[in-house]
Amino acid sequence: MTGPVLDVSDLSVSIRGNTVVDGVSLAIGAGEILSLVGESGCGKSMTAFAVMGLLPKVAKIDRGRVELGGSDLVSISEERRRLLRGAELAMIFQEPIASLNPLMPIGRQIEESLIIHRGVSSREAKSAAIDMLAEVGIPEPQLRYRQYPFELSGGMCQRAMIAMALICRPKLLIADEPTTALDVTIQAQILELMKRLRDETGTAILLITHDMGVVADMADRVAVMYSGRIVEEAPVETIFASQRHPYTRLLLSTIPRLDGQAKTELPVIEGTVPDIGAWPAGCRFNPRCPVAGDKCLTELPALAPRPDTGRAACWHSDRVEALV
Amino acid sequence: MAPLLSVRGLKVHFPISRGLWGRDIRYVKAVDGVDFDIAPGESMALVGESGCGKSTLGAAVLGMQIPTAGTISFAGEEVRHGERQTRIRLSRDIQTVFQDPVSALNPKMSVGDSIAEPLAIHGVGDAKSRAERVAELLSLVGLHPQHAERRPNAFSGGQRQRIVIARALALQPKLLILDEPVSALDVSIRSQILNLLLDLQRRFGLSYLFISHDLSVVRHFADRVAVMYLGKLVETGPTEAVFARPVHPYTEALLSAVPLPDPVAQRARKRIVLTGDLPSPANPPAGCSFVTRCPLAEEICRQAPPPLVKVGEKQQAACHVRAYRINEEGTIAWAED
Repeated sequence: MTGPVLDVSDLSVSIRGNTVVDGVSLAIGAGEILSLVGESGCGKSMTAFAVMGLLPKVAKIDRGRVELGGSDLVSISEERRRLLRGAELAMIFQEPIASLNPLMPIGRQIEESLIIHRGVSSREAKSAAIDMLAEVGIPEPQLRYRQYPFELSGGMCQRAMIAMALICRPKLLIADEPTTALDVTIQAQILELMKRLRDETGTAILLITHDMGVVADMADRVAVMYSGRIVEEAPVETIFASQRHPYTRLLLSTIPRLDGQAKTELPVIEGTVPDIGAWPAGCRFNPRCPVAGDKCLTELPALAPRPDTGRAACWHSDRVEALV
Repeated sequence: MAPLLSVRGLKVHFPISRGLWGRDIRYVKAVDGVDFDIAPGESMALVGESGCGKSTLGAAVLGMQIPTAGTISFAGEEVRHGERQTRIRLSRDIQTVFQDPVSALNPKMSVGDSIAEPLAIHGVGDAKSRAERVAELLSLVGLHPQHAERRPNAFSGGQRQRIVIARALALQPKLLILDEPVSALDVSIRSQILNLLLDLQRRFGLSYLFISHDLSVVRHFADRVAVMYLGKLVETGPTEAVFARPVHPYTEALLSAVPLPDPVAQRARKRIVLTGDLPSPANPPAGCSFVTRCPLAEEICRQAPPPLVKVGEKQQAACHVRAYRINEEGTIAWAED
């Protein structure tokens, strides 16, 4: 058996001295989809940026390793990291229009990484880009190849981004809320496309989202983040069936179900997500947690194995199932 | 019961090119012939994809868009939004809550002043009674009355949406237009705001026009649902019935496209993936507006637009293929047809 494609261990990131990612460890195997779930400010996007080597200037990696196919991305030079980006690891973002160069035709943007990383001739690159456009389901690829982003709809721009990300067949694709800005019928198309490409190329996918429906549809495994830490991690069926962290439990229960009783009072999570730099002592979920005890106020729980499979970071995980 | 809001044949068209000498005018038909009623105390959800015209429809009801044609009646009286007096009177009865509470509040005004502003504009009470009303409204939406002095930036997103709701309730309206009220909020906060809105509806008998693209929220929240596609309603009915037995192929595709938050159920179901995008509302297809993406389209669908006809107890759909088949036979055949 080969090792994981991506192996992140004990990663910590801070912005101007405030920790935003705190000791995150996760691994993704080839062809696997890992969903990183959490609310705004929980550190999920910063984790992705750290893996990509695209952290904003004010942010820095304090400790930890990010291994891609065995080599540590944190310690290598920016030069080598740039060679890996686009070739071995690629990323797609929430706003496809904002992530494309408005002044460059779609086709040129797609073939760029092929020319840079694989050194193919521009004629070969062009035919590969047109094939890729067709592969992601864009009609009339020859025409679209020459068009600019403003001439394409949002769904088509997102397809173009996926084409751009996957043309070099990267080992790892990071998708940060790839369908949040899209309508549901277009979202369905994009999710199907990502699954098909994963099946065909064996690309590992780190899927960042807050939509539990998308998670249920796409993920093989789920990692839930809260205030910079992974609080629970398990295979998708396991985590939806039983939770060992109260945040996961409550988060799943607050979503109205299509088969639930309408107009009833939904369970709520009291309070709000704590601001970065103002995380409480002990377990960071303790101010909002209905099962918190004395220990939770002072000691930060580490991820420990769940009784079945997966991990959870809660001092009172045996009380979680009785909630809601 | 007489409807509170009654909309008939409503059209909102925007001219996009005037051509040479003002001839050859083309229009974006954002809302193109819509009929619906909302009863007192009822919530109707308007669902559809971006660009389908649902927000323009909400804006027309609110008086922020002058309709091109059609009528809007409120409590039995026809609304002429062009007339200043009517508009002022109606703004007491119809209020709105928008998606983004950050841009909906003036950052330089205290939240108390924001909530009191509609009262001041309408000349309700004096400064003292308004301050009392602000305190009452703040506690009504679950915030501390002492916080009236604070600026919006002292509050989280969910709290700001509570403030926006308090302001909308200041004049004791009968109808609230909720345009994606929870979409911009964190997932763990959404259920708090939905519970608050349901509770306020029960206490004050409010009617809601709930504009949303989140179908699991709609299913939980609304009594009735209207599905909009390219400026037209393609299906309406009780939420329960439409979700259980969608008749229009667009409704069916829309429902099947929403992933269920349950991995076992989600992976077992068959998803209808529509091809292509929403056509441009400036250049809609002839015949049925859904014809370019419809898996069932027949020749007639390219010829004439289908009317909205009865397909169930209180359910209506506009589809040549399905709605008519159901009507002729008098039964509803859901299976492969």
